[in-house]
Amino acid sequence: MAAARTVLRSFLPFLVGIPVLLAVQWFLDRSEMGTEKLILINVAINVVLAVSLNVVNGFTGQFSLGHAGFMAVGAYTAAKITLVWAGEPVAGLSPDLSEQLVFTLALVAGMGTAALAGFLVGMPSLRLRGDYLAIVTLGFGMIIVSIIENVEPLGRAIGLSGIPRLTTVVWAGVAVIATISMARRLAISTQGRALFAIREDEVAAEAMGVDTTGYKVRAFVISAAFAGLAGGLMVHLLQLATPRSFTFIRSFEVVVMVVLGGLGSITGSVLAAAFLTVVIELLREFDKFRMVIYAVMLIALMLLRPQGLFGTRELWDLPLFRRLPWRRLGVTPGVEGASPTEVRDDEQGGTR
Amino acid sequence: MRAVRAAMLAPLLLLLGAKSDEILVGHVGSMTGQEATFGDSTDKGIRLAFEQLNKKGGVKGKKLVLKTLDSQGKPEEAQVAATRLIVNDKVAVLLGEVASSRSLAMAPVADTNQVPMITPASTNPKVTLDPQGKTRRFVSRICFIDPFQGTVMAKFARENLKVTKVAVLRDIGNAYSVGLADFFVEGFKKMGGTIVTDQSFKAGDQDFKAQLTKIRQANPEAIYVPGYYTDVALIARQVRELGMKQPMMGGDGWDSEQLYEIAQGALDGSYFSNHYTVESPDPRVKEFIATYEKAYGTKPDAMAALGYDAALIAADAMARAKDLSGPALADAIAATKGFKGVTGTISLDAQHNAVKSAVVIAVKDNRPRYEATVSP
Amino acid sequence: MTEFVQHLVNGVSVGTIYALIALGYTMVYGVLRLINFAHGDVYMVGAFAGYYAAMVVGVRGTASTIQVAIVTMAAMLICGVLGFVIERFAYRPLRHRPRLTALITAIGVSFLLEYGFQLSFRGSKFPPGPTPRFFPRLLEAGDTGWLSGIGVSLSRLDLVNFGVTIVVMLLLQWIVYRTKFGTAMRAVSFDSQVAGLMGIPVNRIISWTFVIGSVLAALAGLLVGVTRPRIDPLMGLNFGLKAFVAAVLGGIGSVPGAMLGGLLLGIVEEYVAGYLLSSYREGIAFGVLILVLLVRPSGLLGKTAVEKV
Repeated sequence: MAAARTVLRSFLPFLVGIPVLLAVQWFLDRSEMGTEKLILINVAINVVLAVSLNVVNGFTGQFSLGHAGFMAVGAYTAAKITLVWAGEPVAGLSPDLSEQLVFTLALVAGMGTAALAGFLVGMPSLRLRGDYLAIVTLGFGMIIVSIIENVEPLGRAIGLSGIPRLTTVVWAGVAVIATISMARRLAISTQGRALFAIREDEVAAEAMGVDTTGYKVRAFVISAAFAGLAGGLMVHLLQLATPRSFTFIRSFEVVVMVVLGGLGSITGSVLAAAFLTVVIELLREFDKFRMVIYAVMLIALMLLRPQGLFGTRELWDLPLFRRLPWRRLGVTPGVEGASPTEVRDDEQGGTR
Repeated sequence: MRAVRAAMLAPLLLLLGAKSDEILVGHVGSMTGQEATFGDSTDKGIRLAFEQLNKKGGVKGKKLVLKTLDSQGKPEEAQVAATRLIVNDKVAVLLGEVASSRSLAMAPVADTNQVPMITPASTNPKVTLDPQGKTRRFVSRICFIDPFQGTVMAKFARENLKVTKVAVLRDIGNAYSVGLADFFVEGFKKMGGTIVTDQSFKAGDQDFKAQLTKIRQANPEAIYVPGYYTDVALIARQVRELGMKQPMMGGDGWDSEQLYEIAQGALDGSYFSNHYTVESPDPRVKEFIATYEKAYGTKPDAMAALGYDAALIAADAMARAKDLSGPALADAIAATKGFKGVTGTISLDAQHNAVKSAVVIAVKDNRPRYEATVSP
Repeated sequence: MTEFVQHLVNGVSVGTIYALIALGYTMVYGVLRLINFAHGDVYMVGAFAGYYAAMVVGVRGTASTIQVAIVTMAAMLICGVLGFVIERFAYRPLRHRPRLTALITAIGVSFLLEYGFQLSFRGSKFPPGPTPRFFPRLLEAGDTGWLSGIGVSLSRLDLVNFGVTIVVMLLLQWIVYRTKFGTAMRAVSFDSQVAGLMGIPVNRIISWTFVIGSVLAALAGLLVGVTRPRIDPLMGLNFGLKAFVAAVLGGIGSVPGAMLGGLLLGIVEEYVAGYLLSSYREGIAFGVLILVLLVRPSGLLGKTAVEKV
């Protein structure tokens, strides 16, 4: 009974989410809102990226700048698989169904290879602290791009084109739900508490018997896997995989989302990713001033809310939401006290 | 639902100025980012063409209006920009991008939404083809493709320069450069030449001497550098600083005033393939260069000329098409035959690629001089 | 042999520029523990400041000594002011916040400079727009001929660059270890709160550190402009990143480390491109960096941080 409830609880978000997504998809398809659909999917991809990076940068307090590299690994794996299998129905299934099956397989494989890359990068480099880790992950991203540009089967600079457009609102939405529930469940688990402990004070955590390296590598692997998922979704939306999509600028963009949302806050990352993606779209009307305005806005936002939109808190920790009765009724699973402790603003300052 | 949406959009459309006596044309270009100088030039070329056409009364009695969106040099941005122009702004024709990697991201958008797209300068063969290798009905280009341009220079090197040993220096991060280098190498080997060394750089690098030293060691008779002028000018200087006297060869990415300004004579004795020559006696070319200089204060580069021609061909197709619907326009563009543009006489073949001859330009006394014409 | 020496000369030539920019990174990092990602763009502004200054003083052909001095001073002044402004308005308000916050404003400032300089208006010379510009000839190029015996070309400008960088490094080392200002800097770097209690004007020290770092960036911009006269608004993007890597490689926070890291990165890149595969130049250079960091987690000359429990 208890087991059944646990299973139900893991699938509940999907059971609720998928019908909603199907409805959204149906609505968008009917109403010719091609741009809105595209932007919505891009928002979803960025949410997946930001929330997954938050696991490393926010939960664990490690500074990774290689998210685009993991994305690339997942993207190229997935693209290669769908390209090889395109047009060949699997096991006598209908073309549509077999295509979806191959896509699922491709995304999972992409997550797998990205996770492997995360493991390979994480294992040796997590001995490094702070900015040195940032450089190593940045270097990893550069090396991945360098490899893609040199390897003929990966299309070099020209890239892989002709990838079928399989990413839909439903797929992107499912990825978002999966990422958020992963992050949420991670945050309230033993694993998550270990990660927070590492973030708050690595030495103390180690003294308390936390296997810091092991947990850090695991966080890295999980984060990389979801970056790979985002990569897979992105190339199947763009129908093109080129190294241009995975430069270090892309990693920076994701870091900006995470920090703006508040390090360690899942809802913060979600909102910041959505906010920045939509804002940059709205700024299009400003033509060439677009990125200048964006830059000024970024500086202003950081100056006005240095701790990020939510700090390390979640949306429902805000005073406004605390007063709502549903929380006391215990509808949300018992997470009291599991949220990461607030980082004191002056604690990590530049004084040391 | 649609009615509600239309009602919501109506004031917006008015604001954007899509009135019934105007034809809106979209342009997706890299207005910022590493290749911004090319997006900027293309946009200027297009705007100039539209200004001239509108002065003559426009097309079908309607004025042409251009709306440009920035791709920032990223494929993802190009896709969103193209979708916005097609779906929200309902442009009649979509122009752009310069680089193949962005055009490849835009082509499916144009095709599925049935709006014709003309790319002024994307030379990768795959741009106009769908994944099955069939021609995309709505995508065409007005420039020659990599296989042709690469072969032109290979042929010129073998037959006119009579060299057998050539070194290649390509921009590894740039689809244009890699594609061109590949076809040059293929063609040159077929004609009995040897590639003594194949080196790479990356756009934006400041120093190329490592590769050049290696090339010096291999002692080629000429160096093929199919890059953008932004890098080529610096490469040329460093070639001479290392004491090499060999001629350099390149493609249409070289064509710009800045090339000579930065190279300062280092390119003398070099050759590159291009779409047209500024010395052409053709009044069209003379007028284009004069009006462009008057409007913007700089001499046009190849991208400006191609953007200008792309705009003219779009307008020409609009005039010929029975209405301004996507399919009718696409068919009219595909039927372009013998259009006399600045960059040559343009006819589109079955794959929607422009069939036109290339010219080879020689650099003498830091100025471009017409050298030869190579027909397909 | 010829090839080997030529590669060495080339590598040192690029490495000195990396080193000069890396010095700026290292100074700021040493005091604030902040990666000033906008530093590469300050370097770009330096090059353009030189470009516009030369335009104002009317440099045609090769510049006279006075003109060179004016241009250099102007570029340094502009970048120094820029560095001060950036620190005052983008970083100081966030000094007691988590460090990643200031990193985001650094990225913001970087975007602002890059995209701001890519704007262009009809009839206006500033901002320059995306088209690359030719940097005026401030110094006469030419081969020294010292190594022509073995077929190696060594440019006079490379020699000038190397000399300037060495002098700057020694000067910085002297400032940091031999002057009152340097002592204050090191105190702030050690613990800014305690330094403040000891009567050290922390804000002023940090401002000056930024100004010095930015002036060095301006110098690097000018030197690059003179030797590789193509300047564009994104020129700081890659070079800035590489210089940052060089600073880390040498041990960020260490002045001789930045010099060593810069030279090493330049030489490694050069030999990778020369003897291995030029197409993997960047990839292998970063691979070397990662290996070095795995063996020496604080860089070559960096101090190993003592963990306080």
